Amino acid sequence: MGAGHAHRLYRHGHSPVHILPPHTKLAAAFAFVVVVVSTPREAMWAFALYAGLLGLVAYAARVPAAFLLRRLLIEIPFVAFAVLMPFVAEGERVDVLGVSLSVSGLWGAWNVLAKGTLGVAASVLLAATTELRELLLGLQRLRLPPLLVQIASFMIRYGDVITDEMRRMRIARESRGFQARGVRHWGVLAKSAGALFIRSYERGERVHLAMVSRGYAGSLPVIDQVTASRAQWSCALALPFAALVVCLLGWTL
Amino acid sequence: MHVPDGFINAPTSAATGVLAAGALAVSLKGARRELDERTAPLAGLVAAFIFAVQMLNFPVAAGTSGHLLGGALAAILVGPFTGILCVSVVLLMQGILFADGGLTALGVNITDMAIVTTVVAYAVFRGLVKALPRTRRSVTVASFLAALVSVPAAAVVFTLIYAIGGTTDVAIGKVATAMIGVHVLIGIGEATITALTVGAVIAVRPDLVHGARGLTRRLKLRVGGELVDAPAATPEPVAARSRRGLWITGLVASLVLAGVVSFYASSSPDGLEKVAADQGIDKKTERHANADSPLAGYSVKDIRDSRLSGGLAGVIGVGATVVAGSAVFWAVRRRRAGEPVEAG
Repeated sequence: MGAGHAHRLYRHGHSPVHILPPHTKLAAAFAFVVVVVSTPREAMWAFALYAGLLGLVAYAARVPAAFLLRRLLIEIPFVAFAVLMPFVAEGERVDVLGVSLSVSGLWGAWNVLAKGTLGVAASVLLAATTELRELLLGLQRLRLPPLLVQIASFMIRYGDVITDEMRRMRIARESRGFQARGVRHWGVLAKSAGALFIRSYERGERVHLAMVSRGYAGSLPVIDQVTASRAQWSCALALPFAALVVCLLGWTL
Repeated sequence: MHVPDGFINAPTSAATGVLAAGALAVSLKGARRELDERTAPLAGLVAAFIFAVQMLNFPVAAGTSGHLLGGALAAILVGPFTGILCVSVVLLMQGILFADGGLTALGVNITDMAIVTTVVAYAVFRGLVKALPRTRRSVTVASFLAALVSVPAAAVVFTLIYAIGGTTDVAIGKVATAMIGVHVLIGIGEATITALTVGAVIAVRPDLVHGARGLTRRLKLRVGGELVDAPAATPEPVAARSRRGLWITGLVASLVLAGVVSFYASSSPDGLEKVAADQGIDKKTERHANADSPLAGYSVKDIRDSRLSGGLAGVIGVGATVVAGSAVFWAVRRRRAGEPVEAG
């Protein structure tokens, strides 16, 4: 079902990054973020290098910069938070353009901003180059409990169905002249949510029965086991290793 | 509260990650007990429901709107274990697919938003359902209060995590005041929506509501003009609740005493009202996009009192005890019960 249910972040392609096995990409992205997070915040140049590394990956994956930047917008709440930080943090203060700002707050803001942005960029790149189904296979390959992977896969598969159901309910409400304007209308919306839950749950029961009638006994057969060659692993892990070198330099310099 | 990377330092993230993994392992077993081999499709569909319902906008006033967080709702509708699983899976997918919440912060996010809200909500809910008369209305009331407590509880835990591993030195009092103040208000919205939704489900399919299982009446048969109880087809699955009820009630009582009562006892009512007034408007505006981001509260003035920390410490203490105690309890019981018989 993965083919028909490509998520919004995915960009179809055949770049070297796209064809890497999913679990190597997952491991690489996670390791990269861990390395980034453990870099000292004073080493500003290191973060520039990380950004450069991600830029290289994006180039290799043929993900356009505009796409990547647009997806980074999800971070905006925390940018706002980071902007506030120098004003509320403690410690010695410094005057910038006549405004008194906390030094540690400035560092904190930079820290959250840099690491958060790099983390989001890494996730976006991962999602942009990996299909849903592959992601789930990769998670399973990385020893996430099979039951958890199954739940996630059902959530992904039926997420669109349930969202569509919700959309149809909204259209039905609106076509009957309902418009939610305030707290007084919560009852109606909550009834919709309740109905949505019942429909989802009953759909789950039907899905289960359909699966049982096809021989389901608690686990899904894995028919396409993903494997990675040594070359693919080293290709994927080149990113976190390069980052690690930068990180170590950041600690020593 | 979708925490990004770099917001909480690496050791704390790792520790919460371990905690989250442990809780997930327990929930996986528990969910299998709640749903047996139906777990995967049902929990998956409920996760999809939670995911969808988080997109349902509840208008507050003048163009602002909020949405459900869903932890309490999941706990009450499908039980605590399945609830934890569903919300965690939603968070996991949001982190990987939508870059919403950092990968290294997954542990923090799951601990805070999936585990704490669900466990607290369910504990409060169970305690209240035990205490209140066995009617549908009391289930609704209990779900209101459970959701009401669960959101500030998550804020308290977030503050605690921040106190241990925050990467900036914003005074912890400020964080606590802002987070808890804002989340009490968010909690009211969450509680209203949760109670209404649970009420709507109970009205149609009471058998689906995990939290209302005690309400099912015995089937009556009219035999020779008299009503007699029909013989039970299957033994009532009460084993899990019978003993647990007592200590859950005790825990809820201690939580309420430690946190809420001492909070009210020590903080001046003026301060509380001022938080409400200050936050009342702007908090709701921010609720939609970043309902639970800590930033929402950072605009709050420094309305704090030193004794707030007393209540906070109480809740944290009880919470920590609950978590540790339950972990041991479950571990021991799992070990001892070779064959889990009850479908709690």
